[in-house]
Amino acid sequence: MALGPVTSRERRWRNEGGPGAPSRPSRSLVIALALAAVTLITLDSATQESPIDPVRRAVGEVLAPAQDVAATLARPVEAVPEWFRTRDELSERVTELEADNAALRELAVTMDADRARLETFDALTSGAQELGSALVPARVIGVGPGQGFDHTVTIDAGSAAGVGPDMTVVANDGLVGRVVRVTTNSATVLLITDPASVVGGRLGTSMELGFVHGSGAIGSEGALDLRLVDTRHVPARDEVVVTWGSQSGPYEPGVPVGRVSEVYSSLRDTSQRAVVVPFVDFTSLDVVGVMVPSGTRSDRAVVEADGSLR
Amino acid sequence: MNRAKVVVLALVALLALVLQVSILPHVAVAGVVANLVLVVVVVAGLNLSASQTLVFGFAAGLLLDLAPPADHAAGRWALALTVVAWVVARARPEVRPSAGWVVALVAACSFVGCSVYALSGLLIGDPVGSVGDVLGVIALAVLLDLVATPFVVPGVQWLLRRMDRRAGREAARA
Repeated sequence: MALGPVTSRERRWRNEGGPGAPSRPSRSLVIALALAAVTLITLDSATQESPIDPVRRAVGEVLAPAQDVAATLARPVEAVPEWFRTRDELSERVTELEADNAALRELAVTMDADRARLETFDALTSGAQELGSALVPARVIGVGPGQGFDHTVTIDAGSAAGVGPDMTVVANDGLVGRVVRVTTNSATVLLITDPASVVGGRLGTSMELGFVHGSGAIGSEGALDLRLVDTRHVPARDEVVVTWGSQSGPYEPGVPVGRVSEVYSSLRDTSQRAVVVPFVDFTSLDVVGVMVPSGTRSDRAVVEADGSLR
Repeated sequence: MNRAKVVVLALVALLALVLQVSILPHVAVAGVVANLVLVVVVVAGLNLSASQTLVFGFAAGLLLDLAPPADHAAGRWALALTVVAWVVARARPEVRPSAGWVVALVAACSFVGCSVYALSGLLIGDPVGSVGDVLGVIALAVLLDLVATPFVVPGVQWLLRRMDRRAGREAARA
């Protein structure tokens, strides 16, 4: 009687497991699959024009619509916590936002001045070039997981919307990243906080050049590092960093990136390292814009440089 | 009948991938989300034969590598989840496992999978951050996978058991 339950459990397992119940994995299959994975890694990381890219694109074409649907379904649910806010909380939030607003207005005023200076500088060095480019609006529909150690997102605008590789992606507050690859209806964006991302940056007031590296840290604390070309120059606290790029390069010039919060100098690296706090909050990224050349054909309304919709 | 299980598990893995990329980021902890695909591979290991599990793990990993917005070298998750599948196939007991045993297995697999992924990044020179950061991320990932386990494993097991029962009934009728 005591043996009853045990035998019945074993029988149940055998019924469930079917013909192929517990068996040892064959060693040759393990080795074959591991070697296949290693071959793939080598192929993809060692070659410039990776043979994996067409496959990636094909998978993206299939999965991006599914991501789009899932993200659209999740958006209303995301708003649920809002329903449970009390009146006190809301009024507190209003005061907070008013304070933020004032601070932002002040920032906008000073930024305009910075931007104007930069534009004159650009005009001087590179001749009369059109800074005007149009914005294709898009929404974030997929986010790479943190345990993947790379910071990438999927957006719902692709080649049909006029988006192509190496285009600059911005949000309301500043630079988000650049497009690395596109499918018909989606694009993968490399965020500037990715440890592999490097953006040419320029200090807003002193015009000093440098490189903004993503540190891979999540959250806005210590997300970006600025290394200046001129090793003697010490950036000021709260100085604004804008992109320095070129019209043909991946980053359009003059896009605000962030502000300097701390400066370290190291004797070994013989350069200044400044911690830059990005303007964009990468933990709640939603609506973004892709900078496309003015007059690009697109499947959706495009925001032109003068603010008009087309 | 076993083939039907593979198809169902593959669909579940696809669904898990979409959920993981598009919905879970809303509840991410410091950017880290539960790796639902890894949990599905563990469930697959409890229901399929050893060689099927290995191929399933490899394919699921490849899916993680290729689906947008992934931008790392393709094959890194494939390698990690093949190792996970091997661990599950080796560890699978003769009798039906208890819930606690499954949770422990998920924790072990999550740790092994994330570690193999991070190590492969170190080997090919992909930036992954300092060792302390990596260990923190792995610990968080294991914790979140454990949180996701009760939402994934019972549901998928129930689905597969129902398929079994239906197949059994049909066999009895024939």
